Amino acid sequence: MSLVVLIIILIVGGLLAIFAERVGTHLPRWVSLATIVVALIYILGIVSSLPPEQLTITAGPNAASNWLIHLKLEWIPRFGISFELAMDGLSLLLVVLTLLLGLIAVSSSWVEIDFKQGLFQANILWTLAGVTGVFLALDLFLFFVFWEVMLVPMYLLIAIWGHENKAYAAMKFFIFTQFSGLLMLLSIVVLAWQASLANGSYSFSYFDLLGAQLNAKLAFWVMLGFFLAFTVKLPAFPFHTWLPDAHTQAPTAGSVLLAGILLKTGAYGLLRFCIPLFPQASMDFAPVAMAMGAAGVIYGAVLAFAQSDFKRLVAYSSVSHMGFVLLGLYAWNNLALQGAVMQMVAHGVSTAALFMMAGAIQHRLHTRDMHKMGGLWHNAPRMGACALFFALASLGLPGLGNFVAEFLVLVGLFAVQPWINALAALGMIGAAIYALWMMQLAFQGKPDEEREFFDFGIREMTTMAAMMIALVWLGIYPQPVLDLAQPVLDSLQNIVGPASEITGVKP
Amino acid sequence: MNAAEFQAILPLLVLAGGATVLMLQIAFMRNVKLTTALTLVTLIAGALSIIWAGESAPRFVTPLLRADHLALVFAGLFCLAAAATTVLSSDYLAQRGDQPEEYFLLLVLSTLGACVLAYAAHLASLLLGLELMSVALYALIAYPDKTTLPLEAAIKYLVLSGAATATALFGFALLYAAAGTLGFAAMGDQLANAHVGNATLLVAAVMIVAGLGFKLSLVPFHMWTPDVYDGAPAPVTGFLASVSKAAIFVALVRWFLASDLFRFNILIDSIAVLAILSMLAGNLLALLQSNIKRMLAYSSIAHMGYLVIILVVGSNIDLRPLAIEAGMYYLIAYTATTVAAFGLLTLISTEGNHRENIQLHDVSGLFWHQPLYACLMLVALLSLAGIPLTAGFIAKFYLFNSAVSDYRWFLLASLVIGSAIGIYYYLRVIFYMTRRVEEHNNNPVAPNGLMVRAISCALIASILLLGTVPQPLMEYLRSIL
Repeated sequence: MSLVVLIIILIVGGLLAIFAERVGTHLPRWVSLATIVVALIYILGIVSSLPPEQLTITAGPNAASNWLIHLKLEWIPRFGISFELAMDGLSLLLVVLTLLLGLIAVSSSWVEIDFKQGLFQANILWTLAGVTGVFLALDLFLFFVFWEVMLVPMYLLIAIWGHENKAYAAMKFFIFTQFSGLLMLLSIVVLAWQASLANGSYSFSYFDLLGAQLNAKLAFWVMLGFFLAFTVKLPAFPFHTWLPDAHTQAPTAGSVLLAGILLKTGAYGLLRFCIPLFPQASMDFAPVAMAMGAAGVIYGAVLAFAQSDFKRLVAYSSVSHMGFVLLGLYAWNNLALQGAVMQMVAHGVSTAALFMMAGAIQHRLHTRDMHKMGGLWHNAPRMGACALFFALASLGLPGLGNFVAEFLVLVGLFAVQPWINALAALGMIGAAIYALWMMQLAFQGKPDEEREFFDFGIREMTTMAAMMIALVWLGIYPQPVLDLAQPVLDSLQNIVGPASEITGVKP
Repeated sequence: MNAAEFQAILPLLVLAGGATVLMLQIAFMRNVKLTTALTLVTLIAGALSIIWAGESAPRFVTPLLRADHLALVFAGLFCLAAAATTVLSSDYLAQRGDQPEEYFLLLVLSTLGACVLAYAAHLASLLLGLELMSVALYALIAYPDKTTLPLEAAIKYLVLSGAATATALFGFALLYAAAGTLGFAAMGDQLANAHVGNATLLVAAVMIVAGLGFKLSLVPFHMWTPDVYDGAPAPVTGFLASVSKAAIFVALVRWFLASDLFRFNILIDSIAVLAILSMLAGNLLALLQSNIKRMLAYSSIAHMGYLVIILVVGSNIDLRPLAIEAGMYYLIAYTATTVAAFGLLTLISTEGNHRENIQLHDVSGLFWHQPLYACLMLVALLSLAGIPLTAGFIAKFYLFNSAVSDYRWFLLASLVIGSAIGIYYYLRVIFYMTRRVEEHNNNPVAPNGLMVRAISCALIASILLLGTVPQPLMEYLRSIL
């Protein structure tokens, strides 16, 4: 039940936030903060009460007992749909990341929102609840429900509190993800139906669908349905076009949530569902997926360099960084997979920080145009230092989390596809260019002396410091994260088959 | 007829009796409040009577009516939908002020027609129900608001619907000539021996498909829909879009089942074509509308397109139970959702704007002015768009399941594309509703009566419940089919 309680905490917190607004205008943000902290303490409490050796079990995931926590309740027995939630090391990592970035999101919008704060905080909490559900659901129907439901509060965040072009951005975001979601629903239904022909009864449970035998042609199309839904969300080139608009127009908290955790649901879906459910089809499709990843890395970097809008630049850099995740996942060997997981975490933190920076600048200058900035370091040295730190993290400076992630992906990928690897490595040069370019335009140069500009205060510095510590820790001592993910990756690789089958490389 | 037979058609008797009482009441003493109360009592009694009527079902009551649980479920649903319409329209009519009592009488009569359709087991009763429902609707459209737009809509509906009925009737006559019977079950036996290429049957089929396709507003017989929806008073439009469509569809399904019309491939194929056309054209045309009623009209065309998929899937004998179950679930979900969506259009009115003509900007900022009604619309729109946790999603999931099991990839492709297009125009309304105060300058007013609020909450709750705990209804539908 504990996982259900976790989701309920977040949902109820949202309702409380709405009512809190009647008591005091600024109360909702405290409610929101308290809710996330409670959820975080709750989940960590549960995990710490588990026997520690359970975190290192490497058995196949298709037995419920091998999961840290597993819950299965009947929901719609007519179609064999159950309310099945489960957590392993990977889900735990991502849920904790979700909640931590939730805190960052609340902090980043502490003073930004002046309209219906209660509803705003409720939408943040409900988005978190939806994303948590996505990371925990093991029934494919339930997974789809969370997958779609998390979009509605996100849509409202962009549509109500967004910037000048919010209608277009919110609509584009929703339609892209919904259309691909419908294809995934179709795939889920086809998969469950095919499995039911073999098993004799309907089931949407992950355990029952793993290893379902589909004929090769059907498996390819069904896999494509999943792949599209996840790569649109990731986003991978060429399905990324919704992302720059949505990120740019969203309020700061919305951008933080979008970049920090919503994108990770796509990567998680590929890793947990798409590849293990269709090992053979994914293996055949891997070169295309990796080509898309490499194209995304380079294309994102080039386009990031061409932007003058601070948020758009960061958004395109996300396309570039998520390309590495796609590469790592489809290289499908231990190093590359570890790199992909690491990138999910590190990119979540570094991009959230950059979006918070963009939000802070916009709040002060009322513009995102970097040509109108310049010399901000002079006005606000603390902001400048923070921005430099995260720009360096984003370009992959050794010693920070992103470097570890990209390095692992590239090492793993080299064994599989050296040429694609070489192309993708070019993206890191691109990253150095756009990150430094951004620093140069916004923070260096001649300052505008007339400008009234407040530097970061205690709240913002605390938030930034927390993220800096996280990135340094990930960069210098990433082993705990790797250890947490390792059993999951091992068992997933056991399902799909030895890595050599997929990659043609001896481990 | 014996007592058990009377018991089995109790909802029809209650509605007919209620209509008579209403007529007398109006003749002797005009009083809107009393009429509203009597209407509500009649409709709710009609809905409750299905519990008792269920005890003596299933049985034939004369060769014309077959009282089985399916008929009862839908009779109950139609009564409830009409009751919701009654509550939602009471404020609407109060503003008209001009002797609105007959409106309720017509509503009860139209509901009676819909219930007869749900019971129909014979082409004669099908036609009787159809006409009873439609004729009352013509008057309903024109009655409350005596301005040009509703009159135009009523005349248009009268002429076109009359022509469609005549076409279908001619088809029935030809069918009678070929089969020698009008009862559904007997007809099935006769048709089994009929020569497939029989010209009479072919012509009959074309005329009936055209006639009933018009009533269901399937493309290309949909031309009347937006104009009539646009012109009719909002509560009547809601009734027309939900109950009248559902009643005809139920009758159609019963006919297909009893006469096993599924075996005619050419009929099934042409229905598949109509379904694809309706899904695509309905959704594409809805994109162009800025008038919410017209938008919902086109969306209802698309939804009927989704719905007739189940007739196509039903042609596979193994999947027929699943398909029919899916169709019935879809109808129930669609009825609740449509009543809710038009309920909002009934409730809000903006100053200085003609009420029948609600544009997107008229709902601007509704979330901040009227949170409850905005939530009603939000839930209804999400359900129409098929977002999870609402009734519409489970209904769509059912359709996916049945179409996938029958390998109907073209239908599925149209369903996916149509739904994706649909999201745009549904979301656009939501977007307008969330616009901030400074971005618009209208101030929609809405009644705050206890009944209206209660019915809004009930509609929201039923849509969400159907979407989150669908199992009981699924089991029930499965047990009665």
